[in-house]
Amino acid sequence: MDVASFLQQCGIGITSGGFLGLIAVGYTLVYGTVGLIHFAHGDVVMLGGCLSLAILSFLVPVPVDPLTGCLVVVLAAACSGLFCGCLNICIDQFVYRPLRNAPPLSPLVSTIGVSFVLMNVGLIWIGPTDRAFPEIFLETTRSVGGFSIAMADLLVLVIVVPAVLCLYVLLRQTRFGRSLRSIAAITRVTARSGEAGKLVIATFFLSGFLGGVASVAAGVHATTINYQMGHQMGLYALTAAVLGGIGSVPGAIVGGLIVGLIRAISVAFLGPRWAIASVFLVLIIFLAFRPQGIFGKSKTRGGQR
Amino acid sequence: MRSNWFCPQNPPPFRLAWSVVVCLTIGLNACGCQKIESNRVCLVSSLPRTGVSRQVSDEVVRGIRLAIDEVKEKAGRFTLEYRDLDNSAAASGRWTSEGEAANARMAVQDPNVMAYIGTLNSGAARVSMPILNYADLLMVSPANTAVGLTKPGLGLPGEPNVYRPSGKLNYIRVVPADDLQGPLAADWAFERGVRRVFVIDDAGVYGRGVASLFADRCREQGMAVLEHVSIDPQAAEFKSFVGSVMSADPDLIYFGGSARTKGGQLARDLVSAESEAILLVSDGCRTKAFLEAAGAASLEGRCFATSAGLSPEQADCNEKLLFLRYRQKYGTCPSNAAIHGYEAARLVIRAIADVGVKDRRAIVESAFASQVDDGVLGQWGIDANGDTTLQEVSVSVVRGGEFVHEEVMSTAGIGKKNGSR
Repeated sequence: MDVASFLQQCGIGITSGGFLGLIAVGYTLVYGTVGLIHFAHGDVVMLGGCLSLAILSFLVPVPVDPLTGCLVVVLAAACSGLFCGCLNICIDQFVYRPLRNAPPLSPLVSTIGVSFVLMNVGLIWIGPTDRAFPEIFLETTRSVGGFSIAMADLLVLVIVVPAVLCLYVLLRQTRFGRSLRSIAAITRVTARSGEAGKLVIATFFLSGFLGGVASVAAGVHATTINYQMGHQMGLYALTAAVLGGIGSVPGAIVGGLIVGLIRAISVAFLGPRWAIASVFLVLIIFLAFRPQGIFGKSKTRGGQR
Repeated sequence: MRSNWFCPQNPPPFRLAWSVVVCLTIGLNACGCQKIESNRVCLVSSLPRTGVSRQVSDEVVRGIRLAIDEVKEKAGRFTLEYRDLDNSAAASGRWTSEGEAANARMAVQDPNVMAYIGTLNSGAARVSMPILNYADLLMVSPANTAVGLTKPGLGLPGEPNVYRPSGKLNYIRVVPADDLQGPLAADWAFERGVRRVFVIDDAGVYGRGVASLFADRCREQGMAVLEHVSIDPQAAEFKSFVGSVMSADPDLIYFGGSARTKGGQLARDLVSAESEAILLVSDGCRTKAFLEAAGAASLEGRCFATSAGLSPEQADCNEKLLFLRYRQKYGTCPSNAAIHGYEAARLVIRAIADVGVKDRRAIVESAFASQVDDGVLGQWGIDANGDTTLQEVSVSVVRGGEFVHEEVMSTAGIGKKNGSR
């Protein structure tokens, strides 16, 4: 493989890693707040993709110029984010909240159950076949500095980079962000009402919102969606969250980028069948030396983080 | 007075009799035993009724129903009952071993079932074939193409005898196997001047089988097989992989697989990467689902598909009648899958009518002895392995958003070029 091809693979890896990171942040926020692995998160993202497909098919029936395309996609991402955020709140309030003080396995099994329910909703919504995202731009590639860059990949960056920056500002500069980080740093929320309850609702909304935004990026990147996409995307994103240190937002983003890069490079070097195996091999080796992940903090004896 | 929840007022003898009745009812139902009806026979089909393959299954079922309607639900003195069974799970979107095995057991245990039409997927057939073989139940597939199911020495070690535990044959297929489709596809490519091929498969029984046969034939013809790679059919996209395909600079890219195993996504990514190579896909991709996922407009004139047997456009007199009836009933033209479903059902109905008694072995033998002179696909019969004697493969090209018939390849063509086969 020559340098240009390698860099091209890195570009693909960073693009896909970007939206995987956003989905991973969803896992990490929920885990950091209520100590739950939200296995249905990938399927929430899938439903966000279904909505964005409907919106984009309606608004962009034919390719448009880059500026209009970007605006329409950002609008679709916002709508999808709101939808997924609200959906996540509903899931939490109706399914997870009653199980807040239950033994750990009960909510875990519930998350798996919700995942299957959402997958079937997706099946009813978009049908069993792969559904193509509409072509957004008139031109498919653009040459930058001798490299051919797909417009779809640029569009993914247009969605992901501002989302990450907004997330950074939200978590660092707002009261909500400080509260979230302090709770994640001290103890997990078990309360059903009051300030902590509101914080949990906000966390689920933010997690879903980022997933919804990521779903548009995923659809633009892959150019198709299907009702089973949440499963594998969720698996990669959860891996990214664990690799980055579950509970750590920067860790989730970095983990996403690493998973995206490993996946792209292993597909190019080893073949497409070995992508998942390669990602998990790296995860296993890394965790053997640093079980808490890249940005995670090791547990103390008292069990506090 | 002592009472219990079950029958509070009745004396012990009554309770005993009641218990026996309940146990027998539950037991018989659990065994799937049903009342034998002398004038009724049942045909069952086992196909994936959810997921991506549902569209193809729908067409097969339409073909079966049309064949049953044509004979006014009668096969000789018997009234026909048709049961459309599902071997798939909604969550996985594909056939499951559990679903296929359950359907086969249900069919075996019901004494009224005289034939089993299925499966769509060769992998599913591997599950049900031994179960049905023990019971001597006729199994007719409208779609299985894996060579090992019937042909000794061409499949995995032990095939096909592992599917025939009773030592007798009961499995027939009305479509030619992949040892025809794969090599004829390679010959077609060679005739078009292709010299460098990149072979991709979906790592499944069918996809890998047909792609391997294609690659072998390409080497025999002197073409360069640049690589033979299996994809992960669960992957969301193949952008990274397409880069390595492009760098190999093939004249033709062959995909053995189906729309369900990401054929459409692969085609879409190849087109997005501005590949100039011809794309040739196996019959599993000759579906609307493939075109929808790939984007039919971008494949215009550059994507070809092979399919076993004659294509629907090769209409002969009987076929034209079928077209008319099918269009009257369903409003569309019959696809390959519908035609093969129709032919499978007709074969079964004739075998039952000819035998005239509910004897599963006799019906199997009658089906094996069938010689179809007025078939939709021309004249054909069943050989000693249970394969159709049809030796044609159709090649279609994407035009105007759908697959359009291009030409027919036959083993006669191969013989001319290679001398023997």
